[in-house]
Amino acid sequence: MSISRRKFLGWVGAAGLSTVWSGPASAATTKHFEGYPDSLGVLFDNLLCIGCRTCEEACNKVNELPPPEQSFKDLSVLDQKRRTTAKTYTIVNRYNSSKGPMFRKIQCNHCLEPACASACFVSAFKKTKEGAVTYDASVCVGCRYCMIACPFEIPAYEYDKVLEPRIMKCTMCYPRVIKGLLPGCVEICPTEALSFGKRKDLIRMARDRIHRYPDRYVDHIYGEHEMGGTNWLYLSGVPYTEVDMREDLGVTPASELTAGALSSVPMIVGLWPVLLTGIYAINKRSDKIAKHERELAVDQAEKAASEEAAKSKAKEDS
Amino acid sequence: MYENDSTDEKSWITPFNVVAGLIVVIGLVITILRFTGGLATVTNLSDYNPWGIWIGFDLLVGVALAAGGYVTSAAVYIFGMKRYHSAVRPAILTGFLGYALVVLALHYDVGRPWRLPYPFIVQQGTTSVLFEVAACVALYLAVLFIEFSPAAMEWLGIKRARNLVDKLTLLLTILGVVLSTMHQSSLGALFLIAPSKLHPLWYSPFLPIYFFITSIIAGLSMVILESTLSYRYLKHKMDEVYLKEKNDVTLGFGKAASFVLAGYFIIKFFGLSSGNDWRYLGTGYGIWYLVELFGFVALPCVLYAVGVREKNLVLIKWTSVLAVLGIVVNRFNVCLIAFNWHLPSSERYVPHWLEIGISIFIVTLGILAFRFIVTRMPILYTHTDYKDSH
Repeated sequence: MSISRRKFLGWVGAAGLSTVWSGPASAATTKHFEGYPDSLGVLFDNLLCIGCRTCEEACNKVNELPPPEQSFKDLSVLDQKRRTTAKTYTIVNRYNSSKGPMFRKIQCNHCLEPACASACFVSAFKKTKEGAVTYDASVCVGCRYCMIACPFEIPAYEYDKVLEPRIMKCTMCYPRVIKGLLPGCVEICPTEALSFGKRKDLIRMARDRIHRYPDRYVDHIYGEHEMGGTNWLYLSGVPYTEVDMREDLGVTPASELTAGALSSVPMIVGLWPVLLTGIYAINKRSDKIAKHERELAVDQAEKAASEEAAKSKAKEDS
Repeated sequence: MYENDSTDEKSWITPFNVVAGLIVVIGLVITILRFTGGLATVTNLSDYNPWGIWIGFDLLVGVALAAGGYVTSAAVYIFGMKRYHSAVRPAILTGFLGYALVVLALHYDVGRPWRLPYPFIVQQGTTSVLFEVAACVALYLAVLFIEFSPAAMEWLGIKRARNLVDKLTLLLTILGVVLSTMHQSSLGALFLIAPSKLHPLWYSPFLPIYFFITSIIAGLSMVILESTLSYRYLKHKMDEVYLKEKNDVTLGFGKAASFVLAGYFIIKFFGLSSGNDWRYLGTGYGIWYLVELFGFVALPCVLYAVGVREKNLVLIKWTSVLAVLGIVVNRFNVCLIAFNWHLPSSERYVPHWLEIGISIFIVTLGILAFRFIVTRMPILYTHTDYKDSH
């Protein structure tokens, strides 16, 4: 994740890892990151989606994923509550909403500040300036913390692979996009339910649709602010919860959720040794004083005893 | 100390050895399954539930219960409680074995275990809480190994190196406390990133502090429990000093645990208030939360206090079992039970019996290693060459 914080540097230095430190670390900021300028995204409009599953098929083809269990022509699967898996980067589900059947397309939302990238301890995830969140399997250890972290429950894992299991998720067709091609799903969509473009243009386009058809759309562009904003955006004719999209995720980017805990690291490293050494020194000193006082007491007692003895001896002698 | 072993050899086939042997054989079979068939063949992990009991129990509970090492060494070497000195070595050994087994367990859980050093040598994900955990656990395992090494060196008769390490005691102890503070708390901080998945009663910005404080409770209780079990099964390895200090340790640690539990109860209450989560208390999760808070925090707190006041060692020992169970309950709640609470029951995680098999296998390895070391090295007694060094 290129929006890293310097909070960790102090500790890394202290731990002696600074010698193996590589790669740039940009400065900490309290400013809200609004995404890379001109980064790209996709707008999904569920009023235009007809649930034909051709986007699923195109995704499967361009990403060379294994053949599906049920043919992409089979529309009965739409009513199952499916999610992304290691074999499917995107799926479309149908929901019976207050306005009749409504579809939802699920794939990676490509967060502006991705939880997966913040969580990954080998930086396998990267937020590219084009907007896509990419994954590098060549460094992945397979701890699956990204799956814990993702608020949209997108990354899937190849649990059945023995030697080279990978995290699997939508790449926004990054290899195609940098070649100037459209993402597979966008290209195939027969109804323009998917629009590809610069994120800021897509937001303008979405606002415009809401403005023109205020009765049709819910006045909320999903993804504009959710979890700090995502490059994938949504328009809906029904409240998002009716199509099983969570509206309780909040607007705080995932990286901010753990920033406080990570920033305490240099404080612990700096203060604990001082405090603990101080406590040790105090204890040692009080031990020393106690020992000294004991010796003094013993000395005095001995002195008194010998004086006593001398006295009694003198008495006896006389 | 070798004289006793000759009598043991005759009756090598004891119930304990048979059961332990069986567990080890089964564990090895599951190990083969895991590394030939992948995670899917032996676990119930899924895309919704990427972490199961190998993280919830082996990592989270394992690290917490191994906290006795830093707690005891800090009490003795930093806070100057010299009367607990005989408890240091068993606690360090338990800690060292605990961490070693945590790392072993991680080899089963992660997809490509041979890449576990990658966060340090290939690419550092410094924005990750898990990076902090990994770095601290790795460093602390090394610290515990050095702290433990004098016992091994006394056994092997390596005097010079042993005396050198002995001089480092204070430094190692401080390093141990620093590293433990960081990773014990960071294990709780791991879940800060998922407020939408963890039930609000357990999700709190104070999770790192809760985890750190409970690790102290776990450490203190484990020292009591471990010494009770050692006394029962390994009494013949204990010297006079150990036997003399044993009850003092139980009373002192029980008292400390009671205080820390009380403090923990108070901060849990504050956390509940600051999150304003009262409305959840009437739900099923709320009742379970109250069971945890009163049954596994308030109750052991009171029982420890009563035990110490009445010098009731039996009560303190049984309370330590309750407190340790409380740690298990807490870690399971955060990682498994209250995690993904929003999902329908069909998508929830229930461990596969082979997962449980591996966890039992790893605990058994720990007990066997503990017994192997304690019956050979000066852990529960002071080596004759170093009688006056403390």
